[in-house]
Amino acid sequence: MNDMSTGGYVTADGRQIGGTLMELKNITLRFGGVVAIKDISFDIRQGEIRAIIGPNGAGKSSMLNIISGFYVPQEGEVWFKGERRGPMKPFQVARLGIARTFQNIALFDGMSVLDNIMTGRLNKMKAGFLSQALWWGAAEREEIANREAVEKVIDFLEIQNIRKTPVGRLPYGLKKRVELARALAAEPQLLLLDEPMAGMNVEEKEDMSRFILDVNDEFGTTICLIEHDMGVVMDLSDRVVVMDYGKKIGDGTPSEVRANQEVIDAYLGVAHD
Amino acid sequence: MIYREAGDFKTGYRADGQTFPIRLDRWGYYAALAVAFGIIPFVINNYWANAVLVPFLIYAIAALGLNILTGYAGQVSLGTGGFMAVGAYAVYKLMTSFPEVSILIHILLAGGITAAVGVLFGLPSLRIKGFYLAVATLAAQFFLVWLFNKVPWFYNYSASGQINAPTRTVMDIAVTGPTASAPAKYLVCLVFAFALAWLARNLTRGSLGRKWMAIRDMDIAAEIIGVDPLRAKLSAFAVSSFFIGIAGALLFAVYLGAAEVGEAFGINKSFLVLFMIIIGGLGSIFGSFAGAAFLVVLPVLLKNVFVGGMGWPTDLAAHIELMIVGLLIMVFLIVEPHGLARLWSLAKEKLRLWPFPH
Repeated sequence: MNDMSTGGYVTADGRQIGGTLMELKNITLRFGGVVAIKDISFDIRQGEIRAIIGPNGAGKSSMLNIISGFYVPQEGEVWFKGERRGPMKPFQVARLGIARTFQNIALFDGMSVLDNIMTGRLNKMKAGFLSQALWWGAAEREEIANREAVEKVIDFLEIQNIRKTPVGRLPYGLKKRVELARALAAEPQLLLLDEPMAGMNVEEKEDMSRFILDVNDEFGTTICLIEHDMGVVMDLSDRVVVMDYGKKIGDGTPSEVRANQEVIDAYLGVAHD
Repeated sequence: MIYREAGDFKTGYRADGQTFPIRLDRWGYYAALAVAFGIIPFVINNYWANAVLVPFLIYAIAALGLNILTGYAGQVSLGTGGFMAVGAYAVYKLMTSFPEVSILIHILLAGGITAAVGVLFGLPSLRIKGFYLAVATLAAQFFLVWLFNKVPWFYNYSASGQINAPTRTVMDIAVTGPTASAPAKYLVCLVFAFALAWLARNLTRGSLGRKWMAIRDMDIAAEIIGVDPLRAKLSAFAVSSFFIGIAGALLFAVYLGAAEVGEAFGINKSFLVLFMIIIGGLGSIFGSFAGAAFLVVLPVLLKNVFVGGMGWPTDLAAHIELMIVGLLIMVFLIVEPHGLARLWSLAKEKLRLWPFPH
């Protein structure tokens, strides 16, 4: 960990992390009288795996919702790729190159796995209405080109055998994987994962961890994830933000965070005697 | 044993994405087209055209339209009758104002006008969903019927308040008006039904169709992958209303010949088309045709059996017929809530594996 000022650093396993990709400055989010997030600042750097952890109700998901455009904070600034982002609708954020998965799976149950992943490429499909209606020219060409890209994601996540299965029939672990595939198909610069391993068994968690590392490694995708499994978080992430009751109580490498007394108190509780 | 995918290898994504991936299906489709275009026009008589085939084709178009909106894009609508009325009155005004222009162009324009009206009444869908949207479209239904009753300009100030289709020709063959022959009426409807079904298939297989289905299945997730809900919903309303407008125009100009708005395009029509897509299968092109066939053919069949076969009085037969159709709708919804299209695909899946159970 060196030379944070110029933007880059080298991780423990020797990966070069670049400059700031996303920066959140003094974010405050209120729902009526409830302060969900209070004056939080942190950054996400190019190529890193950034984790947000904290007890239930700490405001982690709200933070992710701010990044993906569902919530607009009352105070504070969101910067992405060196530009300040005004209030945006989620679909506009998606077009900037930010993709996400949800804590509760949000797949399109009426569609096949293939179609679900194809929806991840919607922003790349530009054929006009007439071309689509007649299925002639651009529409067919881009369908085939995007299908090729989607097949690469399918290969990458090893879900070839369920390609044509309706999503509603899949078991939970596979659904999570399909949701990741849909996000990956968009070729995002920043990938937000909201509890990617919630409700999985050890084996599924190992698979998912491997996929997350591979995505980061092979595509250079910057990842910001929320996770409750501390073992996973400490192993996967380069830097960790710790939140509690809407405040930031820790920020740093996993080992720094682990040694932070405030973090230990928040997680283990303080002795009441 | 013939109905198999085995040996029918797909070597490209184009082949994999075709509409009928199984060879026998493809042949069946071509055979159906050959019969519909090549044989039926030569053997059709007035009874078959007026009682079965023409209404079947027209309602199939309407069902396709509603299926795009409700089955694919997930926006419930009870305004189908009203939108069909827009198509009918649009084509009537165009026919009488510009008699020299081809009726086919008028029908397409009527669809376009209906699309614009549909977008207007689709605006509430941006804020409200489900039952509440259904009520909002119900308002469209009542408003449109009221409008066409109330403003004499729409029915050219005729004393009866009815609209009557004048005779119009395509290539010197009358397709509307009292002199139109059965094959001519049938062929016009068939061409529209075929072309629109093909358009519907193309639109639903590409990016627009995926946007609609994404909005239907989970609108939050759709937004997060970059679907603009405004454009997706309004485009569904536009395309759907275009189809329904054409169905309304054909129903009035080709099939009925004369229409009074409350009677021909009342709330009953909205429900009829909605039943068609529910029975046929939501989100299925085949289902639109199957549902239309079911609800058009079944009453005719029952009537023939009761009146023709058993010699019952017509009024008794009509009532029994209503009861049986209603009962069958309920049975269907309980046994197979996903409609005839699902039954059909289950049957095909079984057939693919036959004689093995798995």
